[in-house]
Amino acid sequence: MNIHEYQAKELFKKYNVPTVRGHIVFTPDEAVKAAQELGGSIWVVKAQIHAGGRGLGGGVKLARSTSEVRALAAEILGMTLVTHQTGPEGKLVQKVYIEEGADIKKEYYLGLLLDRALEMPIMMASTEGGMAIEDVAHNTPEKIIKVAIDPLTGFQPFHGRKLAFGLGLPVEEINTFIKFASALYKVYMDHDAEMIEINPLVKTGDGKFLALDAKMGFDNNALYRQDQVREMRDLSEEEPTEIEADKYGLSYIKLDGNVGCMVNGAGLAMGTMDTINYEGGKPANFLDVGGSASAETVAKGFDIILKDPNVKVIFVNIFGGIVRCDRVANGIIEATKITNVNVPIIVRLDGTNAIEAADILNNAGIANIVAATDLADGARKAVAAAKGE
Amino acid sequence: MSILVNKDTKVIVQGFTGKEGTFHAEQCMAYGTKIVGGVTPGKGGQEHLGQPVFNTVSEAVAATGATVSMIFVPPAFVSDAVMEAADAGITLAVIITEGAPVKDMMFAKAYAVKKDMMTIGPNCPGIITADECKIGIMPGFIFKKGNVGLISKSGTLTYESANQVVKEGYGITTAVGIGGDPIIGLSYKQLLPMFEADPETHAIVMIGEIGGDLEIQAAAYIKEHITKPVVAFIAGQTAPAGKRMGHAGAIISGSAGTAQEKMAALEAAGVTVVVSPADIGKAIAKVMAAL
Repeated sequence: MNIHEYQAKELFKKYNVPTVRGHIVFTPDEAVKAAQELGGSIWVVKAQIHAGGRGLGGGVKLARSTSEVRALAAEILGMTLVTHQTGPEGKLVQKVYIEEGADIKKEYYLGLLLDRALEMPIMMASTEGGMAIEDVAHNTPEKIIKVAIDPLTGFQPFHGRKLAFGLGLPVEEINTFIKFASALYKVYMDHDAEMIEINPLVKTGDGKFLALDAKMGFDNNALYRQDQVREMRDLSEEEPTEIEADKYGLSYIKLDGNVGCMVNGAGLAMGTMDTINYEGGKPANFLDVGGSASAETVAKGFDIILKDPNVKVIFVNIFGGIVRCDRVANGIIEATKITNVNVPIIVRLDGTNAIEAADILNNAGIANIVAATDLADGARKAVAAAKGE
Repeated sequence: MSILVNKDTKVIVQGFTGKEGTFHAEQCMAYGTKIVGGVTPGKGGQEHLGQPVFNTVSEAVAATGATVSMIFVPPAFVSDAVMEAADAGITLAVIITEGAPVKDMMFAKAYAVKKDMMTIGPNCPGIITADECKIGIMPGFIFKKGNVGLISKSGTLTYESANQVVKEGYGITTAVGIGGDPIIGLSYKQLLPMFEADPETHAIVMIGEIGGDLEIQAAAYIKEHITKPVVAFIAGQTAPAGKRMGHAGAIISGSAGTAQEKMAALEAAGVTVVVSPADIGKAIAKVMAAL
């Protein structure tokens, strides 16, 4: 789960990670009020969406008067912002963050994430603030300083010194930086974060460090114990069909092909997409129905797949282990009574009682259900059906 | 022969009396696994499925001599259960539970390593040595005895591959489902040398997926140390970047962790990489026939 910049900054403030003051607003009027309350003579109007690259897309702008704040807020609110992370369809901006201006002397990058190979968090810093860290890693990897933080020691001053000296900070700024980094590690650990990215981290004219931007993602498995984070979830930033699928314990991701897939198990679901691709078709989705594959979940799966108008065929690929295939077959027949499926359904059931299952499907007399003998056969039949063959 | 577990392995179940624990412990016993007891705090002294229940893992180990624990406790209690097993001298914990927080596993695994306890999972189907011992939730009947070792991040793809191998007239020594979470226990790199050393295993199937770099590490290891033929499939060639594909660890971050880079690394290490998972069985038949 991800949150907005303004929400991440709220968490920062609670942990004394210095940020810039700001207010979240939904209308140009509120934007002006926020600017007046912040005071000063320069403000930044920032679109709040769950995607990076907002500045380049025209979603972050500088205002030098409250009337300019109003004009920019009016322009950005309601715009569809397209960045390299939103995809070509972009994202609708529904709220903007009004922030006071900062006296920027130098920009840095600071991030924290899990290093899966080391099995511990790593903190990364770079002098190349404001640039995409992937590009820095690709072009000038020597400009990224990384320290692994063993959770058993936690963040120690030496971790901070390694980063600070690596960034070439003058000695008198080292302690300020360590304090910042140490507080950030605490934000990360206490909230079960998956990643934090501050890009840029800025040094001001008077030698202070401020998080000018903030991006945070969290471990979904830990949300049950993170009430505050859970409340920050913004459903309008997520795919409606993925949210609906989630409610029924289904894991669904829309893709851009026309062969709908319903599979048990995440690995086999990906493998099914790959097989469709290998056979010359394009998968319309990833869908893991989980272990039980009951009539209700299968019916819901059909519903969700068919919301996508591109779908020309549905390939049901179930490997029945502890769940017997004959029961799954009956479930599929039951599901077609709950949900009207107007495209061919290719069904491949393998595992326990697969032969009985094929008989059940063949004898059910449902015209658009076609039984397949194995994975390759099912994928071929599905691809052929999608091509109208 | 086999790796890690066999017909003599003594197993306890943590979360023994719960719904999942009960159902699967029963299935494992029916398969022939020596389940010698279980742990449910507060139910010590009772009997369940004809076996003793203990309050703590230490008591269970002392009374039964168990060396392996199968863990079925709910996600919030997984790290506690793993650490208790490690503390009690268990040598292998098989963690079936799905949904354990990553931070918890980070601490639990570090402690397990410190205590010399191996772990498998979490969020995995477990481990099975054909016709001898099943510790997990896989359908046992698919795994006919034979000479192919299997390591997989995915449950249903494990069944799919084992089934294909059997249909080609071959069978399985041991199959290990290592799970698809960001932090897991035993991985390819630790399991490959075990299969290399096992005289019964003649070839190895390796199923990977997008996310992380365990398959890349495996490729480097295979190149240097593995002489037996390896057939690999990497799931998620058609997965979009930045989307989590069901498993918590199955995500391409930026441009890292793609199926394509893993397939290339494995191919460069001399592994037979199949593009379609439907070809795993055929590929095994080919390498086995050439031996």
